[in-house]
Amino acid sequence: MSTTEKKTKSRWDSGVTPYAEMGYWDPDYEPKDTDVLCAFRITPQEGVDAIEAAAAVAGESSTATWTVVWTDRLTSYEHYQAKAYSVEEVPGTPGQYIALIAYDLDLFEEGSIANLTSSIIGNVFGFKPLKALRLEDMRIPVAYVKTFPGPPHGITMEREYLDKFGRPLIGATTKPKLGLSAKNYGRVVYEALRGGLDFTKDDENINSQPFMRWRDRYIHSMEAVQRAQAATGEVKGHYLNVTAATMEEMYERAEFAKEVGSIIIMQDLTVGYTAMTSMSKWCRQNGLILHLHRAGHGTYTRQKTHGVSFRVIAKWCRLLGVDHIHAGTVVGKLEGDPAMIMGYYKTLRDNYVKKDLEQGIYFDQDWASMPGVMPVASGGIHAGQMHQLLHYLGEDSILQFGGGTIGHPMGIAAGASANRTAVEAIIQARNEGRDYYVEGPDILVEAAKGCPELNAALEVWKDITFDYTSTDTADVVVTPTSA
Amino acid sequence: MRLTQGQFSFLPDLTDEQIQAQVAYALRNGWSIMVEYTDDPHPRNGLWEMWSPPMFDLTEDEVDVAMRDVRACIEAHGDVYVKIVAYDRSLGRQTSAMSFIVNRPAVEPGFKLERQETNDRVIRYTITSYAVDQNPHGSRYAAKTGSTNGSAGE
Repeated sequence: MSTTEKKTKSRWDSGVTPYAEMGYWDPDYEPKDTDVLCAFRITPQEGVDAIEAAAAVAGESSTATWTVVWTDRLTSYEHYQAKAYSVEEVPGTPGQYIALIAYDLDLFEEGSIANLTSSIIGNVFGFKPLKALRLEDMRIPVAYVKTFPGPPHGITMEREYLDKFGRPLIGATTKPKLGLSAKNYGRVVYEALRGGLDFTKDDENINSQPFMRWRDRYIHSMEAVQRAQAATGEVKGHYLNVTAATMEEMYERAEFAKEVGSIIIMQDLTVGYTAMTSMSKWCRQNGLILHLHRAGHGTYTRQKTHGVSFRVIAKWCRLLGVDHIHAGTVVGKLEGDPAMIMGYYKTLRDNYVKKDLEQGIYFDQDWASMPGVMPVASGGIHAGQMHQLLHYLGEDSILQFGGGTIGHPMGIAAGASANRTAVEAIIQARNEGRDYYVEGPDILVEAAKGCPELNAALEVWKDITFDYTSTDTADVVVTPTSA
Repeated sequence: MRLTQGQFSFLPDLTDEQIQAQVAYALRNGWSIMVEYTDDPHPRNGLWEMWSPPMFDLTEDEVDVAMRDVRACIEAHGDVYVKIVAYDRSLGRQTSAMSFIVNRPAVEPGFKLERQETNDRVIRYTITSYAVDQNPHGSRYAAKTGSTNGSAGE
């Protein structure tokens, strides 16, 4: 539209008024403690003003439509309008802007991630004036945090339930992912658990296929878990995947998992926020730990210009309540910049997370004592990386060695023993005050002298690294100070 | 069998010096020390006997004080399991930060898995300890020969 049109048109005249002039841009706005805040990465189309684009995002994700409607005047519309209050160009990346937008708490239903996401990422990601749009981070106000259940158990309760403290938990995903019969599947679970792992896991796409129906898998897996508990005197678990086509079937599978005595079940991110929240409540009621596999997230989290950052997905999942969530490995086969992943881990575990642009964290986040979620590292990791895994991911994590257990040259139980010995040796060395990150390889070689299984693992995987450039990195990087 | 509860059961039994290094780490972190023992090592037994009240407020310089208790417990209960637990009272954690076995019986008979076959192929499982099943409290494990135990003190 032309400038003359803008000047002559009043706010309530019929027709199209720029979003920025309708109140969706307010550079003087001071966010309230109870506002939901969002950081969006905006890439406007050629010729679209960045501020107008930010205002459009605020408008389309709150009250606005494309044209003026008189029915706005039946409401206290100023209250319900989201307000873009800051737009800044991304350093070193022309054409991209970070827009900060504040939403009044009244816009959202209590305890509903479905509702929150329908607003914040509902229509606006397909909006034509934008080339691309990415939700980088959200500040969930304490007032809203307290309407969510959070993890069914949380890290402290899970550790007490398992009676395992002071080291990362270790696990493995059963491989091959697809095709094993129930009895063969149980064999893998038994060998891995008796060999020293704490957990084994169904893969995300193992649900109830012709080669193995879910009920048979549950029965055989539980035999394996119980045998391993008797063999070691430790609490063990196998994540039984309850992902199914309908909520009714998910409940049916969860109920059966409980009946056969499983301590843990899992679901996939693909089931959606509402189904995940329902399973969370079921798990709190029934005492089962809830694992979440983030199947599908890479379709919208990986590209830096468009989609939703994983740190936001992690926040939503902590709020709706899961006990475990896959959050990256740094050193494994899947995407993950170290600084970004540290940000995800803090977001999942800490009670108060400070703004830290180097880790992609745009806002302070107070979790108001909501228990932490155990981050899970899975995908292309092995015993020889144990010192790096502890360094990057910390003690409250679950390290899952699928191929790194089942692919061991001496067998599955040997692979499990190698991983367990490696994690114990690195923890011992760290606690003794050694620089375990630097000395890691030596510490592992020393430990391997008393453990042929670890020795074989170090030998077979010694040169395996996945050193590719990450696509999702921070805009702000630490500049080394010149000497 | 070898009971593999705790942080370090896959490593060779810790020496007295290695135990002390772990206790020192706990004290450096401001955690309190508990020494616990049991002759009922069922994986669901979260309540081992406390050798003494938790040792709060010790500094790293006082690691000897904690180790005196550790050694005394092993001396008195060398025939059963003894573990050290480090407790972190900080907000958000408020649970054990470390837990590791420092003494175990000479012979560990292990656990029996009992199966009760019910309907529709569902099996109910129970784990029982052979030592607990066969003997009353206090006489479940053979006394070790000699005055010191095998896993700590040398």
